Amino acid sequence: MSHSVSRLGGHGRRAGRQDTAEEAPLIRWLLIGVALLFVCAFLLVPLVIVFSSAFADGLDAYLDALADDETLSAVRLTLLAAGIAVPLNLVFGVTSAWLLSKYEFPGKSALVTLIDLPFSVSPVIAGLIFVLLFGAQGWFGSLLSAWDVRIIFAVPGIVLATTFITFPLVTREVLAVMQAQGSDEEEAALTLGATGWQILWRVTLPKVKWGVIYGVILCNARAMGEFGAVSVVSGHIRGETNTLPLHVEVLYGEYAFVGAFAVSSLLALLAIVTLVLKQWVEWRAERRTADLATGAAPPTVARTVPAG
Amino acid sequence: MLRRRGVLPGFGLSLGYTVFYLGLLVLLPLSALAVKAGGLGFTEFWRSALDERAVASYRLTFGLALLAAAVNAVFGVLVAWVLVRYRFPGRKLVDAFVDLPFALPTAVAGIALTAAYAPNGPLGEPLGRLGVRVAFTPLGIFIALTFIGIPFVIRTVQPVLEELDPSLEEAAAILGATRWQTFRRVLLPGLYPAALTGFALAFARGVGEYGSVVFISGNMPMKTEIAPLLIVTKLEQYDYAGATAIACVMLGVSFLALLAINLLQRRVRGAS
Repeated sequence: MSHSVSRLGGHGRRAGRQDTAEEAPLIRWLLIGVALLFVCAFLLVPLVIVFSSAFADGLDAYLDALADDETLSAVRLTLLAAGIAVPLNLVFGVTSAWLLSKYEFPGKSALVTLIDLPFSVSPVIAGLIFVLLFGAQGWFGSLLSAWDVRIIFAVPGIVLATTFITFPLVTREVLAVMQAQGSDEEEAALTLGATGWQILWRVTLPKVKWGVIYGVILCNARAMGEFGAVSVVSGHIRGETNTLPLHVEVLYGEYAFVGAFAVSSLLALLAIVTLVLKQWVEWRAERRTADLATGAAPPTVARTVPAG
Repeated sequence: MLRRRGVLPGFGLSLGYTVFYLGLLVLLPLSALAVKAGGLGFTEFWRSALDERAVASYRLTFGLALLAAAVNAVFGVLVAWVLVRYRFPGRKLVDAFVDLPFALPTAVAGIALTAAYAPNGPLGEPLGRLGVRVAFTPLGIFIALTFIGIPFVIRTVQPVLEELDPSLEEAAAILGATRWQTFRRVLLPGLYPAALTGFALAFARGVGEYGSVVFISGNMPMKTEIAPLLIVTKLEQYDYAGATAIACVMLGVSFLALLAINLLQRRVRGAS
């Protein structure tokens, strides 16, 4: 399911539409009203609740909740898990996008489907499969306990689950851009005597730079926010295997609402920063595309449908 | 594009690395699920998979995911239409915020929705006075699933709407069609495949969703217990066989649903 669609292709379509193909102003405003109501009711409410509840007992209570040792260790673990998962998936994303956009080979579409597979697996099932592999009764369970290595209910399991969940994100974004831009420059570089690595570093990566950044932003947001998969493998050991989203759950379960929403506000800020960065990358890419040629240049960012 | 394999170097290396990493991280773990299910034996598998409590959770999960995806299909087309066709203050902001359910961690969405719709919450209280209970009922689960499914239909329909040829609409108008007729007979057939794709994605996401639902659902067995939660419960009781059986049914039904939608899409595409 790689429904990658460029948002940046259709310039100047809107200008010439005639009045015959327009709704009456009343209907237009009615539709806008219903759409805004739907979006506000579902999207704005949770965001407002997070921040208003976080500051319900004032700024001091908010800061106290954040300065808590367990919160800080959750921040560290979240940064660690994302810090490992995102680079791993970045290298894989560029490699697999290169493979899928530069070559034709049998089984290619099956490979694309397999890469997208983690999107159609419930996060809980993603956690389950790692428990079946590395848990006490799992395939490698006795081997791991003989070596005294813990994966499940420990940090490695959290990193694995996070990497699995965010697996296809970079590939999708980079592949869409590489496919849209074609391989003409790369082939020109090849005839001029460049090696494969030189082509990758000097030609391809600069070309798809914004697509890579876009993928990393999305991958990072998902990695830091993942809950279901991580919840299954973490074991909820406080101060040790709780990531930020898991810490939110713990605090909420203890009726420490200000604390839960204070920690949530960090994650909500991350979400807002993600959306702003995403918008900025789209804007940069759009401007660059417009600079290169009016409407004719291939997109430098292809917006893909967000994935489950 | 490229003749046969392609002229650029690096095919072997990139193929090798892609297959290796994919196998290690995705295929090997997923095969563990298949092997575990295979090792259960027919009777044990189906006894766990079709247990009364499990069946109730499937009905709830698939039913509500379907309903939420349907609501998102209707409102998604509407919102995409408004964002593409009309200019109004704040349009860009709304457009950017559509992706919020994707960026906001599900646990955060879960506790925020619960706080909003709890009996003493800002939305739950007035609704309670009208006699509508949202939190800790299936309605709450439906709200959470609608929330997380919002971006899918909007983002699949938007680009299609942007690329639609306006001359078709003008032709319909000149031939005397009302605006509604034009929408139903000219525009909607072109939007169907994209809307269906978005619907399928929202459904698949809703079926597997855990974080945003567990807080608002109340988690009562047989009533408000979704299938992913039942898997977690089984795991906490070290009932790996039960968890595996339910996971297999969920994956199987999701797969069939996506297959059905793919076939439907092909027919819709063929007809239009």
